[in-house]
Amino acid sequence: MDYEVVIGCEVHVELKTKTKIFCSCPTDFGGEPNTHVCPVCLGLPGTLPVLNKKVLEYAIKAGLALNCEIAQFSKFDRKNYFYPDLTKAYQISQFDLPICKNGYIDIETDKGKKRIGITRIHMEEDAGKLVHQGNTITTSAGSLVDYNRAGVPLIEIVSEPDMRSAEEVVEFLNSLKAIIEYTGVSDARMEQGSLRCDVNLSLRPVGQIEFGTRAEIKNLNSFRSVERVIQYEIDRQVDILESGGKVIQETRTWDESKGRTYSLRSKEDSDEYRYFPEPDLPPVIVMEDYIEKLRAELPEMPKEKRRRMIEKDGLPEYDAGIITASKALVDFYDAVHTHYGDAKKISNWIMGELLAKVNAEGIELNALKIQPEQMAALLKLVDSGEISGKIAKKVFAEMFETGNNPGDIIKKQGLMQISDETALKTMIEQVVETNPKSVEDYKAGKTKALGFLVGQIMKQSRGQANPAVINRLLVEKLNSM
Amino acid sequence: MISREVVETVAKLSRLYLEEDEIVLYAQQLSQILDTIEELRQIDTDNVEPLAHVMPVENVFREDMAGECFRQEKVLANTTEQMDGMFQVPKIV
Amino acid sequence: MTISRLTIHELHELLIKKEISATELTKEHLDRIRRLDSNVKAYITVTDELALKQAEAVDKKLAAGEKIGMLAGIPMSVKDNLCTEGIQTSCASRMLEGFKPQYNATVLEKLKAEDFVMLGKVNMDEFAMGSTTENSAFFHTRNPWNPDCVPGGSSGGSAASVAADLAVYSLGSDTGGSIRQPAAFCGVIGLKPTYGAVSRFGLIAFASSLDQIGPLAKDVTDIALIMNAISGYDKKDSTSANCNYPDYTASLNKSIKGMRIGLPKEYLGEGIDSDVEAQVLAAASKLEDLGAHVEECSLPHTRYAMPAYYLIAPAEASSNLGRYDGVRYGLRVQAKDVASMFCETRKQGFGPEVKRRIMLGTYALSSGYYDAYYLKALKVRNLVKQDYDKAFTQYDCLITPTAPTTALRKGNNQNPLTLYKSDICTIPTNLAGIPGLSLPYGVDRNGMPIGVQLLGKAFTEPALLQVAYSLEQNTSLTRLKPNQGKGI
Repeated sequence: MDYEVVIGCEVHVELKTKTKIFCSCPTDFGGEPNTHVCPVCLGLPGTLPVLNKKVLEYAIKAGLALNCEIAQFSKFDRKNYFYPDLTKAYQISQFDLPICKNGYIDIETDKGKKRIGITRIHMEEDAGKLVHQGNTITTSAGSLVDYNRAGVPLIEIVSEPDMRSAEEVVEFLNSLKAIIEYTGVSDARMEQGSLRCDVNLSLRPVGQIEFGTRAEIKNLNSFRSVERVIQYEIDRQVDILESGGKVIQETRTWDESKGRTYSLRSKEDSDEYRYFPEPDLPPVIVMEDYIEKLRAELPEMPKEKRRRMIEKDGLPEYDAGIITASKALVDFYDAVHTHYGDAKKISNWIMGELLAKVNAEGIELNALKIQPEQMAALLKLVDSGEISGKIAKKVFAEMFETGNNPGDIIKKQGLMQISDETALKTMIEQVVETNPKSVEDYKAGKTKALGFLVGQIMKQSRGQANPAVINRLLVEKLNSM
Repeated sequence: MISREVVETVAKLSRLYLEEDEIVLYAQQLSQILDTIEELRQIDTDNVEPLAHVMPVENVFREDMAGECFRQEKVLANTTEQMDGMFQVPKIV
Repeated sequence: MTISRLTIHELHELLIKKEISATELTKEHLDRIRRLDSNVKAYITVTDELALKQAEAVDKKLAAGEKIGMLAGIPMSVKDNLCTEGIQTSCASRMLEGFKPQYNATVLEKLKAEDFVMLGKVNMDEFAMGSTTENSAFFHTRNPWNPDCVPGGSSGGSAASVAADLAVYSLGSDTGGSIRQPAAFCGVIGLKPTYGAVSRFGLIAFASSLDQIGPLAKDVTDIALIMNAISGYDKKDSTSANCNYPDYTASLNKSIKGMRIGLPKEYLGEGIDSDVEAQVLAAASKLEDLGAHVEECSLPHTRYAMPAYYLIAPAEASSNLGRYDGVRYGLRVQAKDVASMFCETRKQGFGPEVKRRIMLGTYALSSGYYDAYYLKALKVRNLVKQDYDKAFTQYDCLITPTAPTTALRKGNNQNPLTLYKSDICTIPTNLAGIPGLSLPYGVDRNGMPIGVQLLGKAFTEPALLQVAYSLEQNTSLTRLKPNQGKGI
């Protein structure tokens, strides 16, 4: 039988606030275990939560960027379950009245454009970290708990089950990641865990309207694993259905090294969260003017930015697509562009040298040493002929490493292009003298010899001679002999 | 009447081991209490809002400013089950 | 002169006149605890060293001629569910035996700023669940009026310590009557403030939407003085009221002439002991004598408060008590895996009443029952509150019994349902978040004290104190002392 795959995502995004959602502990990564902890996030008896205003602001901004309605009345609820990484045996979350709902993202795949619905976005707290003594959770003899992450603010973004292929899911996640990154509310980096995706996947016979039974798969920490898990789950569920079995509604975990999923718990357990309104937190009421103030603070979103780069800057669609995929890249591009007019040259350098270095060295774009003004200065030096394109690449590498100014690098290493005719004439004299055979060949009509002689001069000048000037002067010299 | 199965399920959800006599006792007592609670069904509450917060307080926030944390020793002060600055628990599954 | 019998304001006068030192006063109380607490069994922990150190600091201030606050140097007790840094805070539970909180409750910080003297931590029903203090995992507290009777609960240790002059005042907590009912049973005054008037930060939660901290003391002025110290907005408690707080002593001397006082009929008659009812009516008529207008009124949903409460409170409790899982503090019972560690720890750490309420609350919140039970209870809660809202458009305050009976006999309180019913006069107050004050008013046929309850709308504690004060000034029935021969 032919099956259609139905996929929805639950994406957890860690918000980039300075402090935790309900207490004033810092959210910084690193640090000794259990040192970013206070009575509140440790869940000591008697402690009470107080909502970080920035969390609300960020959640609303994310909602606006994802075309959501913002709830005027919203509240927190307790999600009750026992787990050692949870300090209170409940997670403060939002149940029936989330802060945002009914949004969407427009994606584009080979099959064309498609709108993916966002069901809701809610605010909640992260749990602590379990360190398993042993390789995996299933083989471990015991675990250690570090609560530094307990209480770090998250938003959970729930999509509609609108996706039908791994390609659509990856495109959805890419767009979502870019939009969230643009809003500035999160780094949205899957590898660092600041963006985490759970996939809900079910199959139904083509043509059937009702959804099949779904499995929820957790623990996906890269776009690659999302793609792999979708293929794995499709195969697993097809096998079950084809052999006359039934898919069970359950939560499964992805084992990246083995390339397969394992059952974590069945629905009966996971569905009994006994949600009820959090009595320790009063409701949140959001006024229209506050929403509008936040809307005004939002930067241009990737789609609009892309259109503007194509229409105003005259960039090819391909270039605009690559640069707008990352907010940091767009910011870099924009900053260079304010100092330097030729957009295409900027995009060539960004897509070529810059991204090559960034990818090779695994550096974060917002941790670049090279500054946009320096990049602009470098391009201007090439344009004015002060350095050649080839030298420019060398200078760029140095700038990338050190963050030094291109002018300083050129001066210090003596890389200035030599266009001074007197200096060049001396070099030409020398080369002509030491290569009489080539001069003869040229005279005899073998124009190839000219190239050789130019090469010799370039070599002698360590690449700094201006090739155009040399060409003109050399021809003049040879013709006069 | 609450069955022993329900008592067992609820005890499991509550993470409580119960002895046989406790299961019997709680089944009986919870039934008795719930019978009294059944009285609530007599009242028409169709047009009544649930009252989760008794005082009209809303929008209580703190600014996103870092405060002091505990030292690690203080975090771990009430347990002996610790290792490498973390709380130690037996295996999870 | 028996120093230990005096009130806060009386002792304050002696302190500033240097007729007694804070150290002497504290030693006197510590000595009484040593001699007499084996009969009362109010204290779980006596912090004698700390108390003497705190008293000494007050004496130094006095010697240096510094001005001291009203509570400075006055020895008091604290219910064992209020977090005291470095001092065991057990909730009278095996689960928290040996637990020394790493921080102080806001009320303790406030009292510290007033140079208070803490004698120790007092007994209670485990996790504040109960009406007799017989649910303490450690020992039973006796009623100072009659050792065969319970002191009430859950703040039984608080009430008994004040009644037996083992503390000048005490802090308790009230979720469904846990300050007022033991105050009534022990013949002292107890106030449950408006929800939000006293910060809950550091009060180990039983039912978060109902819990309030409040004072138990020997006279009305003392209650006002303690409220001056402990009330106020706290940014650590999101449910704390951010408003202007009055000087609670300011209204005490005002006449109650012309005040409108309601006498709700649902709090009288069936189920109420005749001696108790008689004293409530006597108090009402005394108020009329003093110039108030008293008339019967009705709060029709009163009977539904108890069932609603026994859904809401256990539901919140089942969640609040989830954190006692053996991982971070308190009892841990070793087991082969985490799940059995949780279950074993909670099995051995909690007593039967706590388990019963956790089970009830878990059941009420379970999917499939949420709407029928918990949501329904929240709606009924609204109806109960609306009853009061309506009543307070006509009346400045209401007068009712604090409890249907006087102190119950010990060891005869096995049926949970019967016990739950003993809170019917106090529970509706917590559901509505309004203040309630219990004032002793005479004794019953067995010589046990009777409490009358005054209720007002939110933040009208000054009015309740005013009415209570005028009763106190005009009768001898409010300042009662246990018969020392028969009692301790």
